[in-house]
Amino acid sequence: MQPSDSRKTPLTFDTIEPGSGLAAALAKSRADIIGEVSASNLKGRGGAGFPTGTKWNLAAAARVHGEAAKYVICNADEGEPGTFKDRVLLTAYADLVFEGMTIAARAIGATRGLLYLRGEYVYLRPHLEAVLDRRRKAGQLGADILGTPGFEFDIEIRMGAGAYVCGEETALIESLEGHRGEPRNRPPFPVNTGFMGQPTVVNNVETLASVTAIFAKGAAWFRGIGTEKSSGFKLFSVSGDCDAPGVYEFPLGITIAELLERVGGTGAKAVQVGGASGQAVPASQFGRRIAFEDLATGGSIIVFGPGRDMLHVAKNFMEFFVEESCGQCTPCRAGNAKLLEGIERLERGACSSAYLNELVRLCETMQVASKCGLGQSSPNAFLSIVTNFQDEILGRTPADR
Amino acid sequence: MLVSQQQKLQEEIRALVARHGRTRAALMPVLQELQEKYASITDFAMQVVADELGIHPSEVYGVVSFYAFLHHEPKGRFQIRLCQTISCDLAGKARVAKQLENELGIAFGETTPDGRFSLEWASCLGMCDQGPALLVNDRVYTRVTAEQAHRIIEECRSVFGAHATQAAHA
Ligand SMILES: Cc1cc2nc3c(=O)[nH]c(=O)nc-3n(C[C@H](O)[C@H](O)[C@H](O)COP(=O)(O)O)c2cc1C
Ligand code: SF4
Ligand code: FES
Repeated sequence: MQPSDSRKTPLTFDTIEPGSGLAAALAKSRADIIGEVSASNLKGRGGAGFPTGTKWNLAAAARVHGEAAKYVICNADEGEPGTFKDRVLLTAYADLVFEGMTIAARAIGATRGLLYLRGEYVYLRPHLEAVLDRRRKAGQLGADILGTPGFEFDIEIRMGAGAYVCGEETALIESLEGHRGEPRNRPPFPVNTGFMGQPTVVNNVETLASVTAIFAKGAAWFRGIGTEKSSGFKLFSVSGDCDAPGVYEFPLGITIAELLERVGGTGAKAVQVGGASGQAVPASQFGRRIAFEDLATGGSIIVFGPGRDMLHVAKNFMEFFVEESCGQCTPCRAGNAKLLEGIERLERGACSSAYLNELVRLCETMQVASKCGLGQSSPNAFLSIVTNFQDEILGRTPADR
Repeated sequence: MLVSQQQKLQEEIRALVARHGRTRAALMPVLQELQEKYASITDFAMQVVADELGIHPSEVYGVVSFYAFLHHEPKGRFQIRLCQTISCDLAGKARVAKQLENELGIAFGETTPDGRFSLEWASCLGMCDQGPALLVNDRVYTRVTAEQAHRIIEECRSVFGAHATQAAHA
């Protein structure tokens, strides 16, 4: 079958008139644009939750090297298992995403934008090019944007080629520069030394669309949604064992129990929050909140029904990381392979407690010694399953598979 | 490869480089267009790209070998990539996989002897609410069942029949 519309709730983005956010932003000074973003308390929607206003401030203050210029990159690599909300945004609200990039460009003084689109979404490219063309014709991209003297900015689409690690911002930049997608050491951060060595803002698709909404409706409005520390609404990609998988919008701070109610997933035994690099939350903790102060996530929610084998889940995630590790550093390259071996041993029912403890220590080493977020977070799922579902893990017999 | 074919490919790569710019940053777009047209990037093509961009061929090979969607070894005109990640797994990807193997007579990682189909695993395709999901070249199929495996392959075959000499993009 062909893909169907994933939207399951009305989205705030439906109410944002394309063009209104950009017009409101261009009426402000650069400093005030950043001030408004900071006042909204918007935090990155890509997973890490870095304050967007702070990031823009750093890039605005950074010096350009030589004659070249600053860059705005939209991270549309969306590779985290269980995440598909950026696909929906690019399909139905591309204007709002490009508009957010344009506002970012104005704020930091960038002249070029790049949208790094994952290879799997290449079918969206003609649509996105058409939206860009329309925006150029409407004077929303190009020279003197919307009559703002000297404000020049255009956006180019570049394709990924099937590498999850390229969602990591420095690997993404390596890829754009024509290299293997191997993460760089940070610092220096992209806000100082990014694409082509120039100051670069990398933001997630949803972060940028949210910026447009903030300028259309005001920072105070945005801050009024969600919790004190986690402002605003958020898109959730819900899949797995529930009646209505799809994309949902909820205010940040929603509990897992409330969310399950809305998606038809009550009775679940666990929920994976944050995809393969996130954690498996057991039913006893369904009162926890999805917010930066409790369970932070880019929005991936995978529901596991009562009959699911959690070791099988852990194995699937570990196979993913073995496949997707860039192989650059040893804790991640060798560690993920070792963990997968350990899971296979557990599966055969041939794992002593001592060996399991060694695996847990290996997880801890990977968390502190890996070079990038992939290796630092790849043990999370396994660790949470070892902690919360220990009764499913030791002493397995063939019948448990 | 015939000399005339080599010359043609060489000219084609020069045109690509002229369009994307003679810079290292042009490497990915150039390779992606070659991949799309020829389903793999040969040693000869890598050598020409390296010459045109003024970099060592091993740099080009390093990039081709890194990305799952770029291939050095020959692949089928139709590359079927079935998502193996968790949501599609929960939705029953194993049976779809088995039936694809049955229909094509090959295992995952292999290409049919006639060079038409390759079967591969993919990581999450971003269609997790509609799994099992697979890609045939650029085209996405969702909620695939074992019974549909045959039809998807037949759809490819009919496209192939129509443009037997071109890379088909279903
Ligand atoms: C392995 C790995 C994969 C990532 N994949 C993505 C991704 O697909 N999309 C994304 O926006 N951020 C991804 N990130 C986070 C980015 O590095 C970066 O923090 C983000 O794009 C910043 O945007 P934001 O502040 O707007 O969230 C990934 C990080 C890691 C470590
Ligand atoms: S942690 Fe893994 S993905 Fe990250 S740099 Fe090291 S090997 Fe590469
Ligand atoms: S898990 Fe298969 S598309 Fe995401």
